[in-house]
Amino acid sequence: MPTLVSHPEEVKIVSSRFGKGATDIERYIELDGYQAARTAVEKGADWVIAEMKTSGLRGRGGAGFPTGMKWSFVPKQSEKPKYVLVNGDESEPGTCKDHLIFLHDPHTVIEGTIIAGLAIGAKMGFIYLRGEYRYLLEIMEKAIADAYAKGFLGKGIFGSQIDFDIISHTGAGAYEVGEESALMESLEGKRGIPRIKPPFPAVVGLYGGPTVINNAETIATVPHVLRMGGEAYAKIGSERNGGTRLFCLSGHVERPGVYELPMGYNLKKMIYEIGGGIRGGRQLKAVVPGGSSTPVLLPNEIDIGMDFDQVGKAGSMLGSGGVVVLDETVCMVEFALRTIKFYQHESCGWCIPCREGTDWLKKTLTRFHAGAGVAKDIDNIRYLAENMLGRTFCPLGDAAAMPTIAFVKKFRQEFEDHLNGKPCAYAKQKMQESVLV
Amino acid sequence: MTTEAPMKAPTIFSSELAARFDKLVALYPARRSALIPMLLYAQDEQGYVTDAAIEEIARRIGITPLDVRNVLSYYSLLRTKPVGKYHVQVCTNISCMLRGGQELFEHCKEHLGIGHKETTPDGVFSLEEVECIGACSWAPAVQVNYDFHDNLTADAMDAVLDQYRKQAGK
Ligand SMILES: Cc1cc2nc3c(=O)[nH]c(=O)nc-3n(C[C@H](O)[C@H](O)[C@H](O)COP(=O)(O)O)c2cc1C
Ligand code: SF4
Ligand code: FES
Repeated sequence: MPTLVSHPEEVKIVSSRFGKGATDIERYIELDGYQAARTAVEKGADWVIAEMKTSGLRGRGGAGFPTGMKWSFVPKQSEKPKYVLVNGDESEPGTCKDHLIFLHDPHTVIEGTIIAGLAIGAKMGFIYLRGEYRYLLEIMEKAIADAYAKGFLGKGIFGSQIDFDIISHTGAGAYEVGEESALMESLEGKRGIPRIKPPFPAVVGLYGGPTVINNAETIATVPHVLRMGGEAYAKIGSERNGGTRLFCLSGHVERPGVYELPMGYNLKKMIYEIGGGIRGGRQLKAVVPGGSSTPVLLPNEIDIGMDFDQVGKAGSMLGSGGVVVLDETVCMVEFALRTIKFYQHESCGWCIPCREGTDWLKKTLTRFHAGAGVAKDIDNIRYLAENMLGRTFCPLGDAAAMPTIAFVKKFRQEFEDHLNGKPCAYAKQKMQESVLV
Repeated sequence: MTTEAPMKAPTIFSSELAARFDKLVALYPARRSALIPMLLYAQDEQGYVTDAAIEEIARRIGITPLDVRNVLSYYSLLRTKPVGKYHVQVCTNISCMLRGGQELFEHCKEHLGIGHKETTPDGVFSLEEVECIGACSWAPAVQVNYDFHDNLTADAMDAVLDQYRKQAGK
C-alpha cells in the first residue's frame, strides 16, 4: 500500500479525505460527501459552469486547459447523447496521484463525474482506469454500486428528474490511450490510435456524441470547488492558476511522496523543504518538473512558482504533476536514453515522424551511451528531435522530442564526455555485461 | 411433440465469467466497448488469451476473430502465450531507475534465474521489465500479477518472491 505523507505547508483539498476511510459511502457522506452534487442538481448547469470558470481550475492531465471553459464548449442541443469520460489512464512516468485518489476517495470521482454530466447535459459517464490499476478498479466498482444503492446514480438522482449512469472501465496497458482521442477509441473497443482534430471531442466524441474528457484529479477537484465556491478556490492558487494540485515528488529527495500544494508553490522550496532536500546531502543536478515529457530544468532554473504559466516561462511545462529530482550521481545520457526508450515503446506507430524518430533516437542513444558514439551524433540527436516537433499526428511525438532536445542542450558537456571511448562508469559496466552475455 | 429447452450457447469460460460477459456486452452504448475488458478478464481466468477465447469473445460481440486479434496486439497487458503463475513486473522507468529499479530488475533475473519475458521451468514465476506503473513516489516498484509492492530493496524483493513461492507450494 502506498505510504501517505504529510507536510505542514500542504493545503489539503483533493487529498483532504486520504486515509480517512472515505471509500465507505457513509463515511464519505459524513465528510461532506455528495453535498456538492446535490447543490448542483438544485442550482443547475449554468451555475455549475459559472463557478467552475470563476475557480480558475485548469486540467490536471497535463495541458492545463481551463475546465469551466472546456465544459462550456459542449453544445446545449445535441441529437446524439453526450458523455463524460474520466481519464484515469495515468501513465506519464513520474505520475502517481490518480492512484491515490482512486484508492482513498473513489466517491469524489463519482461525485465530480455526476456534476460534469449535469453541467453539459450528459446522462452517462465513464471512468477509465489503466489496466494495471485492477485493485483500484475494484474499489471504484464497489463505490459505484454503493452510490446506485443510495439513489445518487441511476434514475432520478437525489430525488430529481435527472438520470445519470456511470460505468467504470479497464484498459489493458498503453500510454498512448491517455491521449484523449485515443482514449475514446480504446473505450469503443479499438486500437488506441488517435483521431484527427477537428472535430473536437466536445462536438464529436464518444459514439459520435459530444464528450467532455477530464483527468481524474480534475474531476475529483470539482466537488470541492463547488463546496468552497469558485472564488475561494481561485484565491488559493496563483494568478490564472486556481487552487491546489497533487505533486508527485520522486527520485533523489529524502522524502518522496504525493503532496498537495497551492498552484504557484516554489519548486526549490518543494524540493528542499517539502521533500527534505537531496538524499544523503548530495548535490542537485536536474529536475524534471511535470512528468517525463517535460524539458529538464537545471538547479539555477528552479526558483520558480509551480503553475502552468511560470513553468512555461522557464522553458518547460507543469504537465502531470510528476516532479522527478536527480542528484549528481545520474548519468544524463543514460537518463535521456531511458526516457526515449519509453516513448519508443509507447509510440502507436501511426505516423512516421514519431514511429521512426523515436526508434532512431533510441538506437543512437543506446550506441552512444555504450561508448560507440561519434561527435556528430550529438547534433544528430538534437536535429532528429527538433524535426519531430509539431510534425506528428498527436502530441506523443512532441512528448518524446521536447525532453530529448533539453537533455542535449543543457548537458552537452556530458554527452561530449562519452565520446572517444570515454563512456561513463555505468556504461562500462553495462558493456561488460553485454560482452558476458 | 418435442419441446426444446432454449439453447444456451456453449462457453469455454466459468459460469461466473460467462454471466459477467452477458452483462458487459449489454452495458455500453455499443457492444464492442466491452472488448478490452473481456479480453483482460478472460486472460485473468485462463492465464492468457487463448484461441478459443478469441473465437468466443468475437462471437459474443459480433465481430471477426481477426478484428479481435488486431485490437489485442495493441495492448501490452494482453498476451497470447502463458506466463508464470506469478508474473513479476519490475518498473525501470525514470523514478524507479533513480531509486535502483534497474538493479532490482538485475537482482530478480539472478534470483529467479530467468530473463526478460521468460518463465521458470516449474512455471511458478515469469519476469518482465515494464514501464511506469504509477507508483513513482514509492519507487522502486514492482507488480506481481495485479499486486503492487513498493519501496523495495533487494532483501525486501527476496522476501516478496519467497512468499509467492510458498503460496505456490514450492
Ligand atoms: C500521449 C499522451 C498521453 C496522455 N496521458 C494522459 C493520462 O494518462 N491521463 C490524463 O488525464 N491525461 C493524459 N493526457 C492528456 C489528455 O489528452 C487530455 O488532455 C486530458 O485528459 C484532459 O483532461 P484535463 O483537461 O482535466 O487535464 C495525455 C496526452 C497525451 C498526448
Ligand atoms: S505521434 Fe506517435 S503516438 Fe501519436 S499518432 Fe503519431 S505514432 Fe502514434
Ligand atoms: S517510474 Fe516506476 S512506477 Fe513510475
